[in-house]
Amino acid sequence: MSAYILRRLWQMIPTMLGVVLLAFFLFNYVGGDPAYILAGKISSPEQIASIRRQLGIDQPYYVQLWIFIQQILTADFGSSWATNEPVSQIIITRIGPSLTILIPMLIIETVLSVLIAVGVAYVRGSLTDRAVMIGCTVAMSVSLLVYIIVGQYVLAYQLGWFPVQGWGNSFLENLFKYSPLPILLGVAVGIAPNTRLYRTFILDEINQDYVRTARAKGLSENTVMLHHVLRNALIPIITNLMTYLPALLVGDFLIERFFSIPGIGREVILAVERSDFPVIKAITVYVAAATMIVNLVADLLYQAADPRVQLK
Amino acid sequence: MSAASQSAGLWQLAWRRLIADRVAVVSMLVVGLFLLLMIASGLNLIAANWSEEVAVGYAPPSFVGAAKKAAANSPRQADNSPDAYPGTVKDPLATEIAELRRQLDGGVTTSSEADLELGDIKVVDPLAKEMAEILGTTTVAAHHELADTLPFGADKWGRDVIQKTIKGSETSIFVGLTAALLATVIGTVLGAFAGYYGGRIDDFFNWFYNVFTAIPYMLLILAIAAVLNQRGVTAVVLILGLTGWTGIYRLVRAEYMKHKSREYVQAADAIGASNRRRMFVHIFPNISHVSLVQLSVNAVGFIKSEVILSFLGFGVPVDKVSWGSMLNEAQNELILGYWWQLAAATLAMALLVTAFSMFTDALRDALDPKIK
Repeated sequence: MSAYILRRLWQMIPTMLGVVLLAFFLFNYVGGDPAYILAGKISSPEQIASIRRQLGIDQPYYVQLWIFIQQILTADFGSSWATNEPVSQIIITRIGPSLTILIPMLIIETVLSVLIAVGVAYVRGSLTDRAVMIGCTVAMSVSLLVYIIVGQYVLAYQLGWFPVQGWGNSFLENLFKYSPLPILLGVAVGIAPNTRLYRTFILDEINQDYVRTARAKGLSENTVMLHHVLRNALIPIITNLMTYLPALLVGDFLIERFFSIPGIGREVILAVERSDFPVIKAITVYVAAATMIVNLVADLLYQAADPRVQLK
Repeated sequence: MSAASQSAGLWQLAWRRLIADRVAVVSMLVVGLFLLLMIASGLNLIAANWSEEVAVGYAPPSFVGAAKKAAANSPRQADNSPDAYPGTVKDPLATEIAELRRQLDGGVTTSSEADLELGDIKVVDPLAKEMAEILGTTTVAAHHELADTLPFGADKWGRDVIQKTIKGSETSIFVGLTAALLATVIGTVLGAFAGYYGGRIDDFFNWFYNVFTAIPYMLLILAIAAVLNQRGVTAVVLILGLTGWTGIYRLVRAEYMKHKSREYVQAADAIGASNRRRMFVHIFPNISHVSLVQLSVNAVGFIKSEVILSFLGFGVPVDKVSWGSMLNEAQNELILGYWWQLAAATLAMALLVTAFSMFTDALRDALDPKIK
């Protein structure tokens, strides 16, 4: 086991190096000269030169790359170009709101879609099943933007059930006052694709021999579905959930933007709008590193959940 | 594999399976219709004048009726309707402008300061020339009948929503298909090399793949949008195409690994076919259904992504219209009660995406050699 973990960590080094190179290539080469963005439209050559010196971009590329690697290792990316807030400070303060929304969203969405999937899989082929599946396909075709726009307008603006947007300072206020609508809309967006996917996972199990055996020994349908089928179908469901985990770290871009939630996702969109490269660069590198760690943990958990899985 | 002896047979069988499926035929017709719309609109056969002002601002769909519109619209009309300008609107800056005039004229006071008309202030108005141009053009338009209602309503500038939707479909579908084609070509070629050669080449492309998949998809797209820093159809196609090849790379690589040691490839080797020839002439036709299905899957995904990018303002430029930019405008219109642009963009997109997804499923079933 520890040999496996060590080997996986060792394999991460070249990938991480690649991410660093990719980020460097994008932001230091493709992105062009940031001095012109920073200096604004009216600028003298002296100003440009002094900004370039400050940022270290008058140095050759290999020196810049070394500066970048040092920044990553010391977690000091300097300050945002737009607000002068230290980038590490931005990441730390924005992650909380993102998780406040995303963790409840993921839990509710999963529980609901698993329950619906078990239900329709049980009556597979019936009119109900077909109607739910067609409903899911249509629901998936409506842009998620529409769910958010209409949901925010009807539920918050017209009916006034929820605040239109906002974010407070206390965690409980955020969770119970400002989060319910974003969570509700996030669940509404995610439930259709997940139900469809989980239904196929359950259908894969429902025709297995062990199900016939369980029925043959006279177990009730509830026991067969919930104890036997669902338990086995949980393995691919967990695998699917694991792929969502890295997304927790970047937040939900659209929901955070619509509801003015000060999370990572909104920060990224703001940074793109302002060409605030240090912020996007830092978030990209850290999220990539975290994604790899999360994937490793997911594989370990996966083996714990299913002893048949062999880690090689 | 029985159909491999005459490679047209496989496609013929797949086609027969596809047209035997009623859902597939209907969805194919819908997708085909959208493609025709896209081509016709691209050639300016329809919706060429989408940017022209044909109705009053926010003209409602005709079934809602003009009477209701007048009631709903009256408070906003002053801001949006061009008819409002030539009239005797009270200028909120009238006193300030009069003051300026006084200074300019050397202390001569105007008696009717508050009733100053727009025409009088041109002397000091720095935008007078532009204003006159705008007034000139809009009043011309205003004279040849601006409709009070349109079958599908109008947007803020009195443009026909149905024409905008057609033009938006053109942009969104074109971007989706082109980006999907780019991603499929990149993914297929890289996957072919990695799977066929294996070894160092495989390691290198896998490393590349790992790097791209380590960064969450939306974050990668936004990062590239940030550095490209330009809005345009080409930019969006590049962003989506260069980030979206990873899924197909994996599938094609696995297929090539499976096929490279099959007998027909060995036979091709024996008659002296080069590596390239074996990869693209012998193996590719046998795995091309994977690429085709992925092309279809990617097209649906990229159409959705383009809508989000354009909505956020990182997609197509303002002089183009896409479903995403329509949704962006619709977001503010909805609060004022003008829902028709939102409905049009949503319906057009939902119809296409539903049909395209169903077509993709049917295509996958028809091409899967296991079901026969």
